[in-house]
Amino acid sequence: MPDIKALTLLTTQVRRDILRMVHKVNSGHPGGSLGCAEFFVVLYKVLMNHKKEFNMDGVGEDLFFLSNGHISPVFYSVLARTGYFDVEELSTFRLINSRLQGHPTTHEGLPGVRIASGSLGQGMSVAIGAAQTKKLNNDPSLIYSLHGDGELQEGQNWEAIMYAAGNKIDNLIATVDLNGQQIDGATDDVLPMGNIKEKFEAFGWVVVEIDEGNNIEAIIEGMNLAKSKTNQQKPVCVLLKTIMGNGVDFMMHTHAWHGKAPNDDQLAIGLAQNEETLGDY
Amino acid sequence: MKTYTNTGNKDTRSGFGAGLTELGQTNDNVVALCADLIGSLKMDDFKKNHPERFFQVGIAEANMIGIAAGMTIGGKIPFTGTFANFSTGRVYDQIRQSVAYSNKNVKICASHAGVTLGEDGATHQILEDIGLMKMLPGMVVINPCDFNQTKAATKAIADYVGPVYLRFGRPSVPNFTPENQSFEIGKALHLIDGTDVTILATGHLVWEALEAAKTLDEQGISAEVINIHTIKPLDNQAIINSVGKTGCVITCEEHNFLGGLGESVARILSENIPTPQEFVATKDTFGESGTPAQLMDKYGLNSNAIILAAKKVISRK
Repeated sequence: MPDIKALTLLTTQVRRDILRMVHKVNSGHPGGSLGCAEFFVVLYKVLMNHKKEFNMDGVGEDLFFLSNGHISPVFYSVLARTGYFDVEELSTFRLINSRLQGHPTTHEGLPGVRIASGSLGQGMSVAIGAAQTKKLNNDPSLIYSLHGDGELQEGQNWEAIMYAAGNKIDNLIATVDLNGQQIDGATDDVLPMGNIKEKFEAFGWVVVEIDEGNNIEAIIEGMNLAKSKTNQQKPVCVLLKTIMGNGVDFMMHTHAWHGKAPNDDQLAIGLAQNEETLGDY
Repeated sequence: MKTYTNTGNKDTRSGFGAGLTELGQTNDNVVALCADLIGSLKMDDFKKNHPERFFQVGIAEANMIGIAAGMTIGGKIPFTGTFANFSTGRVYDQIRQSVAYSNKNVKICASHAGVTLGEDGATHQILEDIGLMKMLPGMVVINPCDFNQTKAATKAIADYVGPVYLRFGRPSVPNFTPENQSFEIGKALHLIDGTDVTILATGHLVWEALEAAKTLDEQGISAEVINIHTIKPLDNQAIINSVGKTGCVITCEEHNFLGGLGESVARILSENIPTPQEFVATKDTFGESGTPAQLMDKYGLNSNAIILAAKKVISRK
């Protein structure tokens, strides 16, 4: 059984990283990042079998693709705190000459990143391609991907969702961050997407729902269930219900902090709600 | 004057198919993806010989580009196949982010480029693809001239690590490149030596340039003909050397004069050796239905157009 306490401490530190990163450059996307902090911690600390040394081809290890690249702060923080690069480098987020670009990229050679993302809707296809190469290489490792719910409005996703079922891409677990928010407001107000679970099922996917997407134990349980459903001729989707801005009370339950950084006072409040656990960078 | 023999008309897309078939036998990492145009792209043999390495994506080009990018992770070398229009404009952002910016080893293979696609008309006749692709940092852009060269280029790009755009066409055109001539990316091919005018041609226009040079020679005009099969990276030195000798240049391409080979050449020359230049290309227009020959004539893309351009540019020296 994973050490929940240690995972919780790490999650709190990741939240601090996120807040401090976006505050420093007065830009970036804290809302979705905070909402997915527990998921990333579980993914990299519990679920994925990944190697210490980064290698682009990733043969013999599980791979992760972030499709909604704007939540780069949580991605960078967790990559750094799981050893892909020095945590001090988090201080360069969005600065000139940094490897930590506003949206993740392979271009600057940041370890842990295997594809550029930011322009939405492309990560599902990339993840499917990587999954097919795993099969061609007889590599039993799994592919994980994360997508925003608003991102499902991009049509390429549905091309990919159709293809994955039609081609039995069953070594892929695609997780959708269901926080119900996007830049202009609630997803239901911007463009109602109907029943996403039924849509995935209608396309031929297995769907696992995690109702408490900010609860570490619930995520572990749900993702292990999803894992148990791989290699059964169907792609697996996880619907992860999260709260945007989770862990910082004034950022929760609103789209307002999708792409806005806290000011000095707001940072102080956010940090006070998430006291230092593993040491700030 | 050196002359070239047409060993029999063939389509360049069949050169691609033949090259891909060979790659299937020689390189286990080569995989092929197609968006519902297997027959048009001549990918049938690869599919038949290597079904486990062939991926029918359906009419979903954006997904195809993304899958290809993902397949490179783990060492595969994906060749995507569809019409040039759907290989570029339709999926520009997917290529930009998932392939070019991510520096993935994807080979975007595009058939039916230009007006010579013919009767289908302008919806399918892209004349902007060279421009779109050459603007992407790191993208190699290749437009071979005949069956043999397209086959050689297809094989060569598998050995090059990085994104490549390979452009070819539908109609049967003269095949004159020696069968076993190897293909060197970025190395222009000197076809005819001349002293009065440099003709830089790419793709289907190379044969037209050879025909034009023959007629010009009969009229006492010595034309130098260079096959620019690689538009990016451009063989700057070959161009500068030739123009230094002839003092004027024509660029010939089945593409819009905005954004094509001609503009790349103009930039190199303006920086190094400003030179009178004429553009044999479409002039900021869409194509239309018709036979390839009719369209090449109407849009000024044949040897007659090159001859007129040669006389005009020589008069501007």
